[in-house]
Amino acid sequence: MKKVKFRHSTSRLLLLSAVFLLSFTTLTFAQDEPVPAGEVQSQDAAAASGSDLGDPANGKSLFNSLCAACHKPYSKSIGPALHGVTDKHDREWLTSWIHNSAAKIASGDPKAVAIYEEYNKTAMPAFPQLSDADISDILAYVEQPKPEAPAAATGATAQGDESAGGGVSNNLILAILAFVLVMLLVILFLVNKTLRKFAVASGVELPVKEKGTPIWKSFVQNQFLVLVTAVIVLLASGYFIYGFFMQVGVDQGYQPIQPIHYSHRIHAGDNQIECKYCHSSARTSKTSGIPSLNVCMNCHKSIGEVAESTATEDHSKEFYDKEIQKLYDATGWDPASQSYTGETKPVKWVRIHNLPDFAYFNHSQHVTVAGVECQKCHGPIQEMEVVYQNAPLTMGWCINCHRETNVKIEGNEYYEKIHDELSKKYGVEELTAAQLGGLECGKCHY
Amino acid sequence: MSSNKKYWKSVEELKENSSIVEALQQNEFAEEIPNDEFLGDKDSLSTSSTTRRDFLKYVGFSTAAASLAACEGPVIKSIPYVVQPERIVPGVANYYATTIADGFDFTSVLVKTREGRPVKIDNNVISTSRGGANARVNASVLSLYDSKRVKRPMVKGQNVSWEEFDKQVGGALQNASGEILLVTQTFASPSTSKLINDFSSKYPNVRHVVYDAVSEDAALNAFQAKYGVRALANYDFSKAETIVSVGADFLGDWHGGGFDAGYAKSRVPKNGKMSRHIQFEANMSLSGANADKRVPSTPSQQRAVLAGLYGYIVGGSSTSKLPAYIDDAVVKAAAQLRKAGSKAVVVTGLPDTDAQTLVLAINEALNSQVIDTANPRMIRQGDAAAVGKLVADLKSGNVGAVMFAGVNPAYSLPDAKEFSEALKNIEVSIAFSMKEDETAKLCKYVAATPHYLESWGDIQFTKNNFSLMQPTIRPLFDTRQFQECLLKWSGNDTSYYEYIKQTWNATLASGAWNEALHDGVFEGTSPAVSESAATGSLVDASTAARNLSANAENKGMELTLYTKVSMGDGQQANNPWLQEMPDPITRASWDNYLTISKADADALDLVNENVADGALNGSYVNVKMDGVVVENVPVIIQPGQAKGSVGLALGYGKKEAVQKEMQVGVNAYPLYKNLTSVQNVSIEKASGVHEFACVQLQNTLMGRGDIIKETTLEIFNTKDKHEWNKVPEVSLNHMETPVTSPEVDLWESFDREVGHHFNLSIDLNACTGCGACVIACHSENNVPVVGKEEVRKSRDMHWLRIDRYYSSQDSFTGDVEKKEAIAGLSSSLSEFGELERPSDNPEVVFQPVMCQHCNHAPCETVCPVAATSHGRQGQNQMIYNRCVGTRYCANNCPYKVRRFNWFNYAKNDEFDYHMNNDLGRMVLNPDVTVRSRGVMEKCSMCMQKTQKTILDAKRDGRVIEDGEFHTACSAACDKGAMVFGDVNDKSAKIVKEKEDKRMYHLLESVGTKPNVMYQTKIRNTSEV
Repeated sequence: MKKVKFRHSTSRLLLLSAVFLLSFTTLTFAQDEPVPAGEVQSQDAAAASGSDLGDPANGKSLFNSLCAACHKPYSKSIGPALHGVTDKHDREWLTSWIHNSAAKIASGDPKAVAIYEEYNKTAMPAFPQLSDADISDILAYVEQPKPEAPAAATGATAQGDESAGGGVSNNLILAILAFVLVMLLVILFLVNKTLRKFAVASGVELPVKEKGTPIWKSFVQNQFLVLVTAVIVLLASGYFIYGFFMQVGVDQGYQPIQPIHYSHRIHAGDNQIECKYCHSSARTSKTSGIPSLNVCMNCHKSIGEVAESTATEDHSKEFYDKEIQKLYDATGWDPASQSYTGETKPVKWVRIHNLPDFAYFNHSQHVTVAGVECQKCHGPIQEMEVVYQNAPLTMGWCINCHRETNVKIEGNEYYEKIHDELSKKYGVEELTAAQLGGLECGKCHY
Repeated sequence: MSSNKKYWKSVEELKENSSIVEALQQNEFAEEIPNDEFLGDKDSLSTSSTTRRDFLKYVGFSTAAASLAACEGPVIKSIPYVVQPERIVPGVANYYATTIADGFDFTSVLVKTREGRPVKIDNNVISTSRGGANARVNASVLSLYDSKRVKRPMVKGQNVSWEEFDKQVGGALQNASGEILLVTQTFASPSTSKLINDFSSKYPNVRHVVYDAVSEDAALNAFQAKYGVRALANYDFSKAETIVSVGADFLGDWHGGGFDAGYAKSRVPKNGKMSRHIQFEANMSLSGANADKRVPSTPSQQRAVLAGLYGYIVGGSSTSKLPAYIDDAVVKAAAQLRKAGSKAVVVTGLPDTDAQTLVLAINEALNSQVIDTANPRMIRQGDAAAVGKLVADLKSGNVGAVMFAGVNPAYSLPDAKEFSEALKNIEVSIAFSMKEDETAKLCKYVAATPHYLESWGDIQFTKNNFSLMQPTIRPLFDTRQFQECLLKWSGNDTSYYEYIKQTWNATLASGAWNEALHDGVFEGTSPAVSESAATGSLVDASTAARNLSANAENKGMELTLYTKVSMGDGQQANNPWLQEMPDPITRASWDNYLTISKADADALDLVNENVADGALNGSYVNVKMDGVVVENVPVIIQPGQAKGSVGLALGYGKKEAVQKEMQVGVNAYPLYKNLTSVQNVSIEKASGVHEFACVQLQNTLMGRGDIIKETTLEIFNTKDKHEWNKVPEVSLNHMETPVTSPEVDLWESFDREVGHHFNLSIDLNACTGCGACVIACHSENNVPVVGKEEVRKSRDMHWLRIDRYYSSQDSFTGDVEKKEAIAGLSSSLSEFGELERPSDNPEVVFQPVMCQHCNHAPCETVCPVAATSHGRQGQNQMIYNRCVGTRYCANNCPYKVRRFNWFNYAKNDEFDYHMNNDLGRMVLNPDVTVRSRGVMEKCSMCMQKTQKTILDAKRDGRVIEDGEFHTACSAACDKGAMVFGDVNDKSAKIVKEKEDKRMYHLLESVGTKPNVMYQTKIRNTSEV
């Protein structure tokens, strides 16, 4: 018996060492991560700076605060692209234009009038507050060469990593693991064989196993055990069958592929856009509403591409820019002429949160009246690259929240009287939705 | 003990040596089973490629595939606007004020639209000049989504573009030799009148004929002769103390309808006073049913009545040859009228200029404040004389082109056949039509016109009251308004919208225009010159009286043609809501029929009988009139029908552009000679039995005074409430205790002190039975249409029904007395049977019944799955997704208000109504579930509406004011018969109703404690 025990501990030891080895491998691998693409590129950009016009850093901050609404350095927006502007116009002309473009047009300057006409008579506001030095800085910033090459390169590698890099590393781990295990088995077998040979050679008598009743036979003979097992098996299968049926029609985690890869992470997360800016009907209507495309175009008229820093390991800048292009196709926006062609193609989003028709749910009740955060039901939406259904949307889930959540009564005249009377009746200060009748069947089913 | 009895299964067995019996004894089947034919044919078996194994494989595979596919949830697409219109928020309703003006119904309404599509018609409460929306107007939203609509212009049955159409029609009109005849409905539109004048100046040979399918010509002529305007006198019955109607169904469609709201106001006892209403009529009409005293009299007797009334009030000879009881009633009515003086009014519906002249004279003599001749109604303009000549005109060869707008003469003219023949010979015929109806079918050019919910317009209700029509949806099809076409063809490039604005630019300056459009109605004076110029010669009233009494001879059976509140003139025949709406009087749906008195029916051997399943069957008759025969008209024996008279509704029997299922009834227009609603006919029995779809089988109350409580004004004023509105009592420890007392209560009561507690009060005095609420409920709650066959099986789905009861004695009080007096077996055997039969001239009462929302609901306690439960706000909630369809609740409901979905009524070809096509489904209310097969449903007290009101208040952070809460029925009732509100709001009107001494609950003795209450019916029976 002792030896048996010993043998056991050997195998356990081996297993442990294998696990140890494995975790070690992953650890080493984790340290090999490449330098993030963004960093490389920004370093490049910093290196490339160096112009005699002024301080591009100051220029960048001025540009972003004053000019970026209408201009982009390298492409047309509401106003012309500014890169190369110093070649077209001389400094003096530019300064006076920036200080007061309207006066310049009024004075009949042919160049000024030409620009004014070209951009559909959109007047550029005057910036008299900018000193000559400021203007130099801005021009220095916009005249920096476009950091094209590195961006493209990093984009390509990033995309390559996404498809190939991730796959290889996983397979590698598995391969190494398998190899190590096979080696261990071989070693074990060889050691055992050698030891036996030694034992036979040295005349050690190997213990012979006594044949007892097999365990299954003794199990069958023990009627009590059989009964208990049967009961347990029945209960367990009942539990799992129940569990299986209860998840039918529950689509928690449903994450369909959408026609446009719209990233809530970028919009709600990185850019901190308030949910109800786009989903405005959540305040007043039953539905939160998928924003119509004209809402997207409020911003995307001037945002035709994402910043370099928006790109992630999974999705490159090119990928996102293509998605914005899809929006332009749908709305019929022509970025070159900055106008709508009139050809629209509605986007057919795949609906994620599907309540059955017989269940009534009203967003405005929860968002405006109760002041519930969107994230309470929709989860960490600001972190979702692609939205998935966070909550189970089952009746139990609704009811539970109604039982636990206190009604937001402060400052709402509607509730005042009801609250006073009910809190007296129940002897509590705070009232849950359930106490106000939020559990009645007919409130949501009619 | 064996019996010698021989049980035989057919008559054959009685014959000895019958070969059939012999054969059947030998063989189990009468014919050989063709086993060999099938299995013996080796060839076909071997050539069949499907072996048994294959078959099993296929079965197994398809089962597995089906079950696997079922695990996948469907992918639902969600498509937002590309550019969202500013005012449309998905999920939030928008309301627009507009006006229906289809030539028959003229009402300002409020249209509820969701996501840009109209789903419901509501009353425009700002509009005071006209009554609210009736049943037809409520249902008109469904006619917008009629799948039978014409979708684009057509030339000789071929679809063309509007450019092509304009080119062809323009050329045809230019080249037309002879008159251009323009036959239109009454538009009552100043802009359209102006436009037709413009058109006439472009084409000088245009002649305009206004044609009302159901004519008010006599009244128009009389009014025009007396007051110089072709219009109808307006009446405000709320001011009336005594109303005498001689054959005028002024609660129906008389003079364009809409008088019922004012009438209802005068009928609710206030300070011990209410109006007295005396009705002389042949058919049992809504007005007769609501009258305090109804005198059945044939149309010829009515003439004498009117002449008599004139004699008693104004003076002159009264040579009445009337039966004593009518004469007596006339004398009393005249006394009553004289007593009420300027608060009295006489109206008549006789299609006779003399009669109408006389009424104007009587009202003038009474100095009646009820009648308004200064601000008359402009909503009927039809000229029967011109229409009468129409066929002759078409035949004469002088007509080069004819245009029809909003009318369907090939269906609704009495001589429609001749008309159709004549029309075929006209070179240029143009129909402006929404449907490819009888007339449009015959016309070369069919201009597809939009529904009123897609159109612009201005309407002149009365001389000073106007309203605007505005589109509430983009045109569904490639349609163009009649007016747009006229503009185009008269070479005017402005849109009709601009044209209307130009018409009104003097009255409605920019700001006022928007305000008028928002309100829907405004006051002013018409900027257009009235078209009608000809004035008839004024007939002296006394001459008229003489003429009338001279014409008061009875000539055989007198037919009075009438219009039903559901079908009107028949324009909306393809509207399943209206077809399924039961007639308020006969309670029969999906039909029209000849109403006949019991005595006449017995004489002609005509029967009505209830067959085994309770459904009503009736005999057929042929109705003959000067060579015109209308065959196989079903008969309903109508209590209260004057002996010697019959009634038949117009608007049925339409075949073109009407779905097969809705081609019901007989066309009565061939009997509408000279557009006169009273005709002499002869009737003979025809063979066959007609199957009615009648929803009410029990006509009397059998003396059960606790279902409908009613009393007289005298008792109401003088006696204690206990006498006439007693709370039922039960015996508790040998003490009589009222059922409302908590001591006799079996149940613990909910505490409903806090929050809202909804109650609905129904005033039986104000309810005229018009049925607007029935359709409003239908439309709000997605109630399915089940069709005639199912209604016949009592499977109608109406959440709200209006029960109509006749008294078996002269009055309901008489019924109760008779029942109380029954003692012993023999008397109960005979007299209960008698109580089942309505009296010849019964009292009538209407009672709207929906779920009573009992606080102690019998349905709730028996549901095995708790699918119906009680809410704190008083509603009895029905949870469809929980219901398993045991129908136990319906069995336990004492009010029979629960409806079971025997089938899937949506998307089911067996029920091919609006819910079975994409267009029709657009009318569904997105806030209410469409129920599926196997679940129970019932009135929810419009939970979706109360919830919406509460949520709006919560969002605004304010307290809800009284009058904000509404159900679909209470909002639809312009008579104020239904009051809905929160009884926990002490200032609410409903609290006053609840404390009113007239208040009672339906079947109070059962102890269900309903949240719906009724107000005792009071009749003003006091004679002068």
